[in-house]
Amino acid sequence: MAKKKNTSARPKKAVVSKKKTTKTTTKAKATRAGLRPAPTAKKKAVGKNKPKAVAKKKSAAKTKAVANTRVVTRSPEREVISAGKTPRVITRGAATVQTKSGFPFSAEQIPALANGAKATAFLRSYRKGAWNQFEKLPLPSTNDEAWRRTDIRQLKRNGLQMVEALPKATRDKLPSIPARLLKPLVGKGHGGQIVFAPGKTTVQLSRDIAKQGVVFTDFATAASKHPDLLKKVLGSVVKPGEGKFAAMAAALAGRGVLLYVPKGVQVDEPLHSLLWGPGAGLAYFSHILVWVEDGASVTYVHESASPTLKEQSMHAGIVELHVGARANLRFVELQSWGEHMWNFTHERARVKKDGNLDWIFGALGSHLTKNFSEINLEGEGSLGRMSGFYFTDGDQHLDHDTQQNHLAAHTTSDLLFKGALEEQSRSVWQGMIYVAPGAQRTDGYQANRNLVLSKQARADSIPGLEIQADDVRCTHGATVGKIDPDEYFYLLSRGIPPVEARRLIVKGFFDPIMERIPFEGVRQRFQQAIVQKMK
Amino acid sequence: MSQLDIRDLRVTVAGNEILKGLNLTIEQGKVHALMGPNGSGKSTLAYTLMGHPNYEVTGGEVWFKGQNILELEPDQRSHLGIFLAFQYPVAIPGVSVANFLRTALNSHRKAKNPEDKGMPIPEFRTLLKEKMDLLKMDHSFAGRYLNDGFSGGEKKRAEILQMAALDPEFAVLDETDSGLDIDALRNVAEGVQALRGPNFGALVITHYQRLLNYINPDVVHVMFNGRIVETGGPELALKLEAEGYDWVREAHELVTSE
Repeated sequence: MAKKKNTSARPKKAVVSKKKTTKTTTKAKATRAGLRPAPTAKKKAVGKNKPKAVAKKKSAAKTKAVANTRVVTRSPEREVISAGKTPRVITRGAATVQTKSGFPFSAEQIPALANGAKATAFLRSYRKGAWNQFEKLPLPSTNDEAWRRTDIRQLKRNGLQMVEALPKATRDKLPSIPARLLKPLVGKGHGGQIVFAPGKTTVQLSRDIAKQGVVFTDFATAASKHPDLLKKVLGSVVKPGEGKFAAMAAALAGRGVLLYVPKGVQVDEPLHSLLWGPGAGLAYFSHILVWVEDGASVTYVHESASPTLKEQSMHAGIVELHVGARANLRFVELQSWGEHMWNFTHERARVKKDGNLDWIFGALGSHLTKNFSEINLEGEGSLGRMSGFYFTDGDQHLDHDTQQNHLAAHTTSDLLFKGALEEQSRSVWQGMIYVAPGAQRTDGYQANRNLVLSKQARADSIPGLEIQADDVRCTHGATVGKIDPDEYFYLLSRGIPPVEARRLIVKGFFDPIMERIPFEGVRQRFQQAIVQKMK
Repeated sequence: MSQLDIRDLRVTVAGNEILKGLNLTIEQGKVHALMGPNGSGKSTLAYTLMGHPNYEVTGGEVWFKGQNILELEPDQRSHLGIFLAFQYPVAIPGVSVANFLRTALNSHRKAKNPEDKGMPIPEFRTLLKEKMDLLKMDHSFAGRYLNDGFSGGEKKRAEILQMAALDPEFAVLDETDSGLDIDALRNVAEGVQALRGPNFGALVITHYQRLLNYINPDVVHVMFNGRIVETGGPELALKLEAEGYDWVREAHELVTSE
């Protein structure tokens, strides 16, 4: 059998012997044309992005030349045949070019070390270890497969300083949080709220929820009051060594959330956290930890936001989610950074037996985003759903890299990402469904639909399947389309003015994703963004 | 005066001249039928009146309420009171019939009065229900995505529903009867009849006499090769039904080949 899979790696390319090419191709096609039809869309699939089977000779080096899509299926017995000669090559996240990183941060700035707080030993060593990784790892470049379409050379790394390094007087002059960002996006009220502003963190949790043993607090409090819990959760899903920015966030994130829901506890009211990152020339780091024990359930909304400025700022973050057996987590994530923010995030969820993850992901802001989001379905019968939407304008560049890993039998994943692009903006979506050997009877679905609203905008959509079990159903689809002139004319003919007509078509385009979001506040926020971006 | 006056209209589609100097006047409150063989330019006329960008006007004028509407954008023509019931209504996925109609109605109100805050929702609901009842449509229709997965009959009914809600002064019905069974045809025709009055004029484009049994036109025109070649009363439609278009071709081939 194949080598034991390291679940934290990102299996992207497989190498199979040439002999198998024909068979694997056929199989992949059959899978794509699977039982679940892709949602009807008139938009044309972009020819060059059509998935095709990728089969390479033994030379691992050549895998770099592999085209956009990867569809590789192997049955376990074929794996046995080829395992010895053709080791799997996993290159994502690993860089090939050594570059001096150029970030003006130092080990003295590691939170627990810098401010003299009594960090527990494990936290200190975690951050120290992450710092070492950060120093060791090269800066990603477009030579790395995962970063091929996202060039970060324009990030003025030397012009950044940690917000903590600002003199208090300067920090206090930064814009404060608009009241609308503190309003509930989900339901009528919050069961708890954590707000991170420069130099100030506030934590609230309703007494009723706290009484149930729920922990919802910031890192500093967690380290002093719940060190054992923090130790159990920290770094358990995302490893600092997964990338330069993951290591950076792990080492330097003083801002962090620990949400822990004990076994069987149902949290009725949604929890909310806001990371407010105003100012230019600043670096923000965040670390979100969610651990939902067996049979527990919670809804958690996290938003990152800032005003838009001219000069660059940066955010690097980690999100680690653990969904226990039969547990339920609804995680709503909104990225509303100002359009000067360079945003890098590594996020992963682990779902145990019969657990249920509903991940809603909205991205409207930032100048540039490189996001890795992964769902590991580790337990039989687990379900992972991801509903993403993005809307870019100006010179925004959003790159979302998603992975659905079916690591146990009878697992179901369902991913839909929809995006619209205005002006000169650009989006990249790169998705992968991986089905591990033995993960039979899995059902994987991924779709990415793009609506390009301007001639200068560009959307890249790259689906991928890697299937190592033979009794599965996996479907994927990717489309990039424009507004249909007939639809547009039809609306105009009814007296709807041009701007309204385009907005209506865009709202209609996003409707399938809005229907997956049972939160009126989130939907409204997105509708407002459509109006703002389509002037 | 909401009389529609088409003068020497010439239209080119992808380099081919389709309308070759068409003249037609439809008086306020009158319903004219337009018949003619395939390819004679009937749908071109319909799209041109509404301002479809693929139809290039190379000559002529179309006057309505004191304006040459050819100078207006499609939405402005709609605000002026012109409506086109499409032969092939377009599906707008993700946009419900109700949402669409409300947006359209509010656009009309706003065009009349820029300060308008939009029709209150209860008032809109009442209006929509009333119009759906008129067309014997199930109320669940309002929640469906516009024309998305609609049957042929449902699409045509949705066109008439829109027409009833927007209350135009002049409507072009482009083969609204095609693809309808007899019950749907009657429903649609009754919907049109209900709108008839001194302030509603229409051009009904059709191939068949049967729609005209329900909508008695005041005048019937025959179009051939980009022009109106025959004009008469309802008896002209009956003659076409009985004899076909051959006599029209024979009589006008010469004229049109000039």
